[in-house]
Amino acid sequence: MIGELILLLVGAALVNNVILSQFLGLCPFLGVSRRVETAAGMGAAVIFVITIASAVCSAIYLLILEPAHLTYLNTIVFILVIAALVQLVEMILKKMMKSLYNALGIYLPLITTNCAVLGVALLNVQKYADYTGGKMMVFSIVNGLGTSAGFCIAIVLMAGIRERIENNDITSSFRGQPIVLVTAGLMAIAFCGFAGVI
Amino acid sequence: MDASMILLAVAVVGGVGLLIGLLLGVAGKKFAVETDERVEQVREHLAGSNCGGCGFAGCDACAEAMVAGTAAPNVCAPAGAENAKAIGEILGVSVEVGDRKVAFVRCAGTCDKTEMKSQYFGIQDCQKASMIPGSTDKACNFGCMGFGSCVNACKYDAIHVVNGVAVVDKEKCVACGACTAVCPKNLIVLVPAKAEHLVQCSNREKGKAVKAVCAAGCIGCGICQKNCEFGAVTVTNNLASIDPEKCTNCGKCAEKCPVKVIS
Repeated sequence: MIGELILLLVGAALVNNVILSQFLGLCPFLGVSRRVETAAGMGAAVIFVITIASAVCSAIYLLILEPAHLTYLNTIVFILVIAALVQLVEMILKKMMKSLYNALGIYLPLITTNCAVLGVALLNVQKYADYTGGKMMVFSIVNGLGTSAGFCIAIVLMAGIRERIENNDITSSFRGQPIVLVTAGLMAIAFCGFAGVI
Repeated sequence: MDASMILLAVAVVGGVGLLIGLLLGVAGKKFAVETDERVEQVREHLAGSNCGGCGFAGCDACAEAMVAGTAAPNVCAPAGAENAKAIGEILGVSVEVGDRKVAFVRCAGTCDKTEMKSQYFGIQDCQKASMIPGSTDKACNFGCMGFGSCVNACKYDAIHVVNGVAVVDKEKCVACGACTAVCPKNLIVLVPAKAEHLVQCSNREKGKAVKAVCAAGCIGCGICQKNCEFGAVTVTNNLASIDPEKCTNCGKCAEKCPVKVIS
């Protein structure tokens, strides 16, 4: 089982990278990848939210929704949990790291609507629906951790590239978002190289 | 459909919500950040419409900047003089309150006064239309295009396009400056509300060229300049302008203006 979990972790982080091969969560990917520090902060916040959300959501699914035959309430209950977690992250950051809180700005509360977060929570309960109790929880958490680590890797890499792009002589029509989108596309192609790893 | 299923669903979602609410309430107490209470007090004296006229991201950001000292207490034009003074008292600084200002459109080229050079069926937005060569159906290249980008920018319903030209409602205008920023022709300026006589034209062409395109345009004849006893009117680049500081509202310039471009 340990081997399976390691494979899952690497697979979720690199091979099925949430941004570069599933195209989820592009908004913060383009929005807060201007500086490496901010991007790393965003990545850390997303890791926290996705991992905890995976655990809590699959627990709620297992303990409440499935026994009560209320699985159609997945979306609404999961988004409730995610919103609360984001609120919690916001409080913690405001208290502990005011500068990061200011740098993330509107993108911090927007983690709530980051489709990667809800996507992971929903995919977990779909993919591992056959697994029983504890196994599903473990797989969900590891999948959440891997996915969010993939998000963090992608956004930090992107921020590093963007910091260098800033100083380049880019055609005026490509300056700003267009060159960032082209870069994202090239990164996605590069990440295709991981497809054969597993 | 069983009614108990509905009740169960309500109970589950409600219960989860209640639990999360309680946890967040506890966390909120635990991670409470002591905010400067002056920010709240200052915030109450701002206009609260998030117009962005102060240059900050919104009223909250503006209040924070005021308390931090990076913004003057009187940058919120919509709040008015009374509130600026109140903010000054909260922050313990003296506030110089200037005259009330209003936006003013430097064009009077209504549809009946301006020549039309073409029929325009393109996009109905000043900023986008200004990218197109020739930009509008009016023959004057300086005047109001009348598509109302300023109307859309105004959060106070204080500017309207009347007969092809934007007109400011002086009563409603709070001088936030949103319209001045969006006008691609830079026609809108903030002027003291007490100024009664202003030049309603921005055309810098010579008199003959102006006459060819608009019956309400300044032809730069200089009669106003000669007749002003206070030196408030100057004609530069074929266009008269009135300095509100020196103007005494005597009205002589408006009286003598051959094209009645001075209001």
